[in-house]
Amino acid sequence: MTLDSGALAAATTKQEPSHRAGKQPLSEGKKAERRLGLWLCAPAAIIMVAVTAYPIIYAIWLSLQRYDLRFPAEREFAGLSNYGAVLTSAYWWQAFLITVIITVVSVAIEFVLGLALALVMHRTIVGRGLTRTVVLIPYGIVTVVAAFSWQFAWTPDKGYLAAMLSEGSAPLTGQASAIAIIILAEVWKTTPFMALLLMAGLALVPDDLLKAAQVDGAGAWQRLTQIILPMMKPAILVALLFRTLDAFRVFDNIYILTQGSNGTGSVSMLGYDNLFKAFNLGIGSAISVLIFVAVALIALLFIKIFGAAAPGSEPTGKR
Amino acid sequence: MTATAPANKKIGWGLINLLVILYALIPVLWIVSLSFKTADTITDGNFIPRSWTWSNYAQIFQIDLFTSALRNSIGIALISTVIAVVIGTMAAYAIARLDFPGKKALVGVSLLIAMFPQISLVSPLFDIERAIGLFDTWPGLILPYITFALPLAIYTLSAFFREIPWELEKAAKMDGATPLQAFRSVIVPLAAPGVFTTAILVFIFCWNDFLFAVSLTSTSRSQTATVAISQFTGASQFAEPTGSIAAAAVLLTIPIIIFVLFFQRRIVAGLTSGAVKG
Repeated sequence: MTLDSGALAAATTKQEPSHRAGKQPLSEGKKAERRLGLWLCAPAAIIMVAVTAYPIIYAIWLSLQRYDLRFPAEREFAGLSNYGAVLTSAYWWQAFLITVIITVVSVAIEFVLGLALALVMHRTIVGRGLTRTVVLIPYGIVTVVAAFSWQFAWTPDKGYLAAMLSEGSAPLTGQASAIAIIILAEVWKTTPFMALLLMAGLALVPDDLLKAAQVDGAGAWQRLTQIILPMMKPAILVALLFRTLDAFRVFDNIYILTQGSNGTGSVSMLGYDNLFKAFNLGIGSAISVLIFVAVALIALLFIKIFGAAAPGSEPTGKR
Repeated sequence: MTATAPANKKIGWGLINLLVILYALIPVLWIVSLSFKTADTITDGNFIPRSWTWSNYAQIFQIDLFTSALRNSIGIALISTVIAVVIGTMAAYAIARLDFPGKKALVGVSLLIAMFPQISLVSPLFDIERAIGLFDTWPGLILPYITFALPLAIYTLSAFFREIPWELEKAAKMDGATPLQAFRSVIVPLAAPGVFTTAILVFIFCWNDFLFAVSLTSTSRSQTATVAISQFTGASQFAEPTGSIAAAAVLLTIPIIIFVLFFQRRIVAGLTSGAVKG
């Protein structure tokens, strides 16, 4: 997938005109710039392609085959029939809906909470180091263990959280309450990721500008929405984009908390079950590719919304 | 700033910080509490252990696999982080600052890698690593870690680099600084928060990975701590290893805390303040 250059170019025109030389023949300096750019990118490009090219192509190839490890003799090319089977299955759409709910709700909460945490970590005048370190601990805890401790905490007779609920309630066995707990576990675990990226963006907002705005009578809310957030746009894009990509593939938390029972399974759970439990490589790979397509659409949407703030679009900062 | 701040403002921030810290720590303290509970009280649901014990910690260090796994985890995560951040910084600088063909392709490919579900990439990777002898070695994990950390590193860093006021470098050169001096004293401090933020995120990603570690390793040569935890068994055949899992999780979090403590100082706020007069 390459970025939609037309949309990016259109979005860029809002920004200050760039200083490119247009269609003149390349000067010596331009050539040197190109060479340097290619050399700087080469290691990253080579390692990424070397490690992932074959696995990704292989997965797509598998998704076009009828291939069930229980019946290996029946392997044959099946065209798009795996996709048809998945897309007409109620399981897929049920998992898809659950995944969308978990993604939208948790990313929205994480963004608001993450921004608040970033502002606190950035602005606080007491115990800054301590606060910053502690905030990051949830992100640093092994996901599976964190999920396990939530599961323990919500299990009646074992956990402190279940003990606070009324007698006989088992929140992990109801669909709505279980999804709420999955979202809670996701939000608690990954808000620090959001907060850290947003804080790095905040560090670039010049204090002088904020002071000047304050002198001019801009309130705190105005300063946030008129100055801080627009200046943080690239950081916000990266934080939201990568969190959404991850949230859409939510797996560990659900796997430990509910095993996908009571209608709480995500699309990744479905893919995992088909690949590693049912050993149906064709269907499992098709699910993976569909997840990829869904995620790619989300990414495109973000890049359209954020336009010129996306990396690789014409830099506005070439001053 | 701290010296001049009025006392009530300090108390206000103190309270806000306390709230934030409680939010982050209560679930962690629950894991710590589990790690200190004795086997017969572990399921009693009390937030604070009724009887304390070190036996869970003692137990995991009797497992040979765990100490070697800790060593592997630290080595693999550190090496992957250094390489990914260096390579990522180079690429991100080029993407943010230079004009060259293939830029969009690189950004697109790295996003594609970040998007593809990793569960379906594991078995082909396993096949390749078996074929070329990388299976169950450090490089066998380091290479995938670098690969899957790079997209985030490139995106974070290039978003960051493009906001840096690069004209400062020119100004410093005009003031008589050599290019190296200008780079070291102007650009490096400005870029440091982005680079260290990325380093923290990459390190945590490598440290916490389970999927690749469990599929691409098989012995103490390269098995990491997350995998070792998953193979814990209880003291007896019928006991659940909850206590030792909790203890191991607490131990696994300590390097993260050290790493973050070490690097968060570099994410200094307000570096640009006073630098660019608009």
